[in-house]
Amino acid sequence: MKKVAVVGYGNTKFTKNELPIESLLLESTKQVFDTTKNLSQDLIDGVIVSTNDNSKYLGAILSELSGIKPKISHTVEHLCSSGSSAVISGFSYIASGLADTVLVTGADKIGNPGQILEWDKSRGEYDRPIYWASMFTKAHKRQFSTTDEELAIVSAKNHKQAMDNPNAYSHKPYTISEIMNSKNVTDDLRILDCSYSCSGSSSILLTSEENAKKFTDEPIWISGIGQKTNSASFTKNELTTLSSTVTAANDAYKMAKTNPQEIDIAEIHDAFSVCELMAVEDLSLAKKNTGASYVRNLFNTENRKINPRGGLIGAGHPLGATGIAQIVEITQQLQNNAEKRQISNAKKGLMHNMSAAATSSTVLVLES
Amino acid sequence: MNKFETELKAGNFVTSECSYCKKIVWPPSDYCDNCFKHVNWRKVSTDGTIIELSKEEDDVFCITEFENKIRVMGKLNARIDMVKPGQTVKLSKCSLDGKSNFFFNLENSQ
Repeated sequence: MKKVAVVGYGNTKFTKNELPIESLLLESTKQVFDTTKNLSQDLIDGVIVSTNDNSKYLGAILSELSGIKPKISHTVEHLCSSGSSAVISGFSYIASGLADTVLVTGADKIGNPGQILEWDKSRGEYDRPIYWASMFTKAHKRQFSTTDEELAIVSAKNHKQAMDNPNAYSHKPYTISEIMNSKNVTDDLRILDCSYSCSGSSSILLTSEENAKKFTDEPIWISGIGQKTNSASFTKNELTTLSSTVTAANDAYKMAKTNPQEIDIAEIHDAFSVCELMAVEDLSLAKKNTGASYVRNLFNTENRKINPRGGLIGAGHPLGATGIAQIVEITQQLQNNAEKRQISNAKKGLMHNMSAAATSSTVLVLES
Repeated sequence: MNKFETELKAGNFVTSECSYCKKIVWPPSDYCDNCFKHVNWRKVSTDGTIIELSKEEDDVFCITEFENKIRVMGKLNARIDMVKPGQTVKLSKCSLDGKSNFFFNLENSQ
C-alpha cells in the first residue's frame, strides 16, 4: 500500500450566507490552487466531493468548474462524517495505485438536509439532533454526575479558541455563566452547548509519496485510519459511550503503530458539549470518568490541544466540510503553520468525525 | 409506505419478526437482518420500560424499550420529577402524520 500525504488545503469562512453549493465547493478548491506550488489541473486524477446537498453530479461539476478532467470523480455522503469518509476514499485510490493525486472538497449550505435522517422512524417526532444530544447529556449526568458547568466549559473553551480561527462562524467569547444561562433548548441542553449548521467549504489535496515533495516541503502523512458503523438508527445506541469511536480509534492507533499518549493535538467532533467529554475518553486521550476534569484543565491552562480551531461549537458545522476542515487544522498544526492557534512541537495529530449520534465514527492519525 | 408505516398510520405499532429464526427485526425491514428470510408482522406489546428521558418546554420525551429490543422515542404523559429510567410505561397511542409519533403513560396512572 502506497503512503499518502496531505500536500495542500483550502478553507472558506463558515457563515450563515445562503450560497450555491457549487460556489462553495469552488471557493475552497481555488484556494488549493492559489496556495499549492507546482499544482496544475492535469496533475489531479481524482476529484471527490463530500456533501449532504441534494444536488447531483457534483464531482463532475466541480471538476468542470476547476478545469480538471480526472479519471475518478464522484460524491460521498455519510451525514456529518461525509468529509472524512471522502478523504478515506481519496486515500484508498492513491494507496491502491488507482490515482496519484486526489482533490477532496467538502461543502454544505446552512439548512442542509443532512441533519434529519428521515428513514429512522424509531426517533418518532424527536428527529432533530438536539433530542439524541439531550438523551446523551441526561444519561451522562446520571452516570457520571456531570454538571451543567462542566458541559459549559467545553463550549467556553471552544468559543474562545475559535476567536483565533479566521474562518470560524463565531468570534464571540462566552463566559461559563453566560453559557449556563443561555436559552434552554431542552432541560438538558443550552443553545450555546450546540454546534451550528452553517455554510462553508474545505478542501485538501492528497498525493502519493513519490509526488509529495513536488507540492510541499512539509507533507503530512495519513498514517492511521479507523472507521466503524454500528447502526443507522439512533435508538440502538448506548447512551454514555461512543462505541463506534472506541473501535475506530483503536484501529487508527494500531494502523499508525502509535498510542493515545503520543497524540499532541486533536480535532474532535463536539457536535454538542457532551460529545467532547465522551470523545476524549473514548479516544483514550483521558481516562474513563475524567473527561470533564481533563477539559476543565485544558480550559484553565489555556491549552489548545483539543479542538484548536474552535471545534464544531465555535467554528460551525457545515456537515460535508467539517471532517476536511478538521484535517486542514491538524495539517496546519503539524506544519507549524497555525498562526495564533499553534501549539508547540506538534508531531502527531488525530481527527475524530462522527455521524448520527455516533452510530458511525471515523478516526485518522496524521503525522509530520 | 412500508408495512410498518401503513400500520402506524392506522394506529398500530407493529414490528417485523423473522419467519424462520423468529428474531425480532428492528428497525422494521422486509427481510431478517440475521438470515435474510422473509419477515412476518405482528403487534408490539404495549408494555415498555423507560431507558432515558428529558423535557422540552412542558413536554417530557423519552426512549422507551419494548420486548427487550424495540426502542422508540416518544412523548410521556407525566411530570419529569415523577419518572426515572427503569420505570414501566404503556404505549397509549401511536400515529404517522408526516412524522411518526409515540405516546406513553406511566403504568400506574391512567
